[in-house]
Amino acid sequence: MRRCRGGSREAFEVFVNKYMKDAYFIALGLVGNREDALDLSQEAFVRAYRNIKQVKPGRGFFPWFYQILKNLCISHLRKRKHRRAGSLDVEGCPEPAAADEFSPDVVVGKNEVKNEVAEAIGKLDAKHREVIVLRHFRHMSYEQIAEALFCNKGTVTSRLYYARKRLKELLSTEKGGGASGL
Amino acid sequence: MVCDDHKDLLMGYLDNELGEEQRRRFEEHLSGCPDCSRELEDFKKLKAITDEVGLAEPEDRIWQDYWSGIYNRIERGIGWIMFSVAAIALAIYAGFRVIEQLIEDPSIEITLKIGLLTLIAGLAILFVSILRERLYFWKRDRYKDVRR
Repeated sequence: MRRCRGGSREAFEVFVNKYMKDAYFIALGLVGNREDALDLSQEAFVRAYRNIKQVKPGRGFFPWFYQILKNLCISHLRKRKHRRAGSLDVEGCPEPAAADEFSPDVVVGKNEVKNEVAEAIGKLDAKHREVIVLRHFRHMSYEQIAEALFCNKGTVTSRLYYARKRLKELLSTEKGGGASGL
Repeated sequence: MVCDDHKDLLMGYLDNELGEEQRRRFEEHLSGCPDCSRELEDFKKLKAITDEVGLAEPEDRIWQDYWSGIYNRIERGIGWIMFSVAAIALAIYAGFRVIEQLIEDPSIEITLKIGLLTLIAGLAILFVSILRERLYFWKRDRYKDVRR
C-alpha cells in the first residue's frame, strides 16, 4: 500500500490482480450486463489509482475501493433509468421505466427457476441488491459485508432479512408462485 | 410472520453465522414458535434457489487483458491532463501576444482595436463564467466524493 500511495503502477497491479474478479462480479451483480460490468470495474480501479492517497493508513484497500465501485454502478443505473424513462416519454408509452434486469448471457445454466430468481434480484432496490450480490455471488461473510458497507453486522443482517423478504414476495407474485415454487 | 426479536438470529442461523450459544438459543425458540419455523423453511428454500444462480465466468482473455485495459486508461488520463494544461497555457500565451500586437500595431484603426479587444474580453468572460459554473456543479455533485 505504501508503494501504491507513492504512485507505483507495479504495486497497484498487485491489487488489481487480487480484486479484479470481485470487482467484475460485484459490478455484474449490480448492473446485470457484462460489457458495463467490465467497463465500470476497470473505471473503478482507474479512479482508485488516482485517489489512492485518500486511503487512510491502516485501513484496508477493498472496503474503500468497494465504495468507488458501488457509486459508479449506482450512478450508471440511474443514468440508464433516466435514458429509458426518456425514450419511453418520447414514444408516449404509458408504462413505467423497465426494471433493471440481467442480460441473457449473465446467468450460468439458465432454466426457468434461475431466470425468475435473476429477474427478481434485478428488481430489488440498490441497497438490497448489493447485500444479495455480496452474500450469494461473492460468498462474503457478514463481517466482510459490514466492512465493505461501512456498517455493523446488525445492519447487514437486517438488510439481508428485508432483501430476502422482498425477493420472496417478488418470486411468489411471479405467475402465482412461478417455477420457483415459493 | 417472524418474531421481531428474532429476525437477526434467523438470518444468522440460515447463513451459519451464529455462535454456539446463539444457535442453541435460537433452536430453543424455534421449537416453540411455529411462525419462525415456517419462516425459516421458506428462507431455506429461497436460499437454496438463490445459491443456484451463478454468474457466468467471462472468457480467459478478459482476465489476461484486464490490467492492460486499466493501464491504458491511466496512461491516457495522464496524456489528456498534459494535453489540456499545455493547450490552455498556449491559448493564454497566444491571446496575450495577439492583444500585444493589436495594441502596438499603428496600422490598425483605434475603433477596430477597441472592437477586437472587446471581442476577446467577451470571450474570456464567457470562458471563465462557464468554467466557474462547471466547478460549482462539480462541487455539489453527490456522487463526486468517494466515501471512505
